Amino acid sequence: MFVIGELINGMYSAVGEAIKEKNKKVIQDLCQKQISCGADCLDVNCGPASRSPATDMQWLIATIQEITDKPLSIDSSKPEVVLAGLEVAKNSVMINSTTADPEKLAILIPLAKRYHAKLIALTLSSQGVPQNKDLRLELAAQIVSACSEAEFPLEDLYIDPVLLPINVAQSQLKDILEAIREFKIISEPAPKTIVGLSNISQGTKKRSLVNRTFLTMVVGYGLDAAIINPCDNELMDSLIAAELIMNKQIYCEAFLQAYRKK
Amino acid sequence: MVELMYEKWQGSINTVQIGATEKEGGSRCHSIQVGGAKTLPFLFSEGELPHKPVIAFEIWDTVPRDWPEPLQGCFSGVWNEPLAWAELCVEKFGAKLLCVRLQAAHPEFENKSPEEEQAFISKLLKRVGVPLIIIGCGDDAKDNEVLPAVSEAAKNERCLLGSAVHDNYRTIVASAIAYGQSIIAESPIDVNIAKQLNMLIMDVGLPLERIVIDPTIGALGYGLEYAYSIMERARLAALAGDRTLACPFLCFVGQESWRAKEAKATEEEFPDWGNSIKRGILWEAGTAVALLQAGADILVMRHPEAIKAISEHIERFYQKGAK
Repeated sequence: MFVIGELINGMYSAVGEAIKEKNKKVIQDLCQKQISCGADCLDVNCGPASRSPATDMQWLIATIQEITDKPLSIDSSKPEVVLAGLEVAKNSVMINSTTADPEKLAILIPLAKRYHAKLIALTLSSQGVPQNKDLRLELAAQIVSACSEAEFPLEDLYIDPVLLPINVAQSQLKDILEAIREFKIISEPAPKTIVGLSNISQGTKKRSLVNRTFLTMVVGYGLDAAIINPCDNELMDSLIAAELIMNKQIYCEAFLQAYRKK
Repeated sequence: MVELMYEKWQGSINTVQIGATEKEGGSRCHSIQVGGAKTLPFLFSEGELPHKPVIAFEIWDTVPRDWPEPLQGCFSGVWNEPLAWAELCVEKFGAKLLCVRLQAAHPEFENKSPEEEQAFISKLLKRVGVPLIIIGCGDDAKDNEVLPAVSEAAKNERCLLGSAVHDNYRTIVASAIAYGQSIIAESPIDVNIAKQLNMLIMDVGLPLERIVIDPTIGALGYGLEYAYSIMERARLAALAGDRTLACPFLCFVGQESWRAKEAKATEEEFPDWGNSIKRGILWEAGTAVALLQAGADILVMRHPEAIKAISEHIERFYQKGAK
């Protein structure tokens, strides 16, 4: 599993505060912590409260690059903020994210190509969130075809079916699991699949339990990448055990430790 | 027109150095690097294979009791004098790497003391300039005394010391750390134990870049395909990014091949099987070829003719690969 650590997000008060005060240490410590817990990539989001998101994004990326060369996921729905991030990024990058809207794809696919970035694409359009599997597959196919036409490498495309909170859209989750499996048959080479996990447990009282149960299940459906909190130890342990069961890692007695050293 | 599908691997095998020259703090006439592969064996068009597999001549510090006639024919003139045996391999047969088994330390052989073995290794290092692989006698308690002593005698020579096993690894690993050697980690044809043992060795403080895996092999006809599948599985995992298995492989080809009935039986016993010398050499060479395909990086072999054939085989493959 390609683990993207979600904690550098201005939505969290400590991070929001650090961005405001330009406190590098808070950001860098949080990055180190996520990496030591098993993150392969760090998501970077300056949060909804940022007054100048483009500048904040550049400051965050420069700050993080001082201490690690791990890949970064530039997280913003605004293409100009994404571009600002790409301009200062030295580490390899992912763009997080585009939707299936043609006008967004027309901006973000060329940007991803120009900066050799991977691209996360949500199966979401101006008409909103699809309410069944077929609509999700249709949007995914539109994304894949736009990438193919633009000669963007499909193995660098990550399709995200958009998880909704369990207390809002409980009936959708089984469809989402199946969509994740079926995204793989859209093209050859297949696109990769990704979820932003924490959304599923928004507003519930047992967030970690809901998160790790869904993550375990979705590993069984072949998920490639997840944006998660890598410092949730029980979540990471469940992920590691699920990957062993799927024969994605080789077992040994110290398998939890071995995964984190990997 | 056939389209070739190439895999994009994320991981690569660690490079391990055997032997240290004067410049590198030791006294060897050359050092050898193994590993570094970024793809499966011999797939030159898919990824880099910076270091060729190497062959070590196996010698003992005492007269072997069970080496069959074809091997006696090569070495019986020298094997009661191990230093001369070592020299013969280097001078006459062109050995670039020696693997010396300290069998004389075994309580059921000559029960030589750690001090005697230490003196022997010191003399051996003076007599020959090639890098050394040093293997204990196989008795855990005795090896825990002997291996630290010889490790000290070969301080900074970057030898490969063997073997660390799941139930006995601390002492030998500690001595490798203390005196600048690397380690052979032996697991019983079991990829799970190979991985666990690497984790344990790393916990003691030896970096992965100083470990080679002895996956334990069977000769042709004696479980070779089982060993092959274990090596293949570990190598695929390593190339897919599992660092804990990204170590070069060492295989005791000679030891296993010359134990096979087909290699050691005499012509009187089986007249239909043909010339016994040729047969044994073929058995050792055949085993080695298959293990090279499985990913072997260091082959420990016995018969000079088999070694010559395999060296040529490796050269041929690499010459073609370079084109």
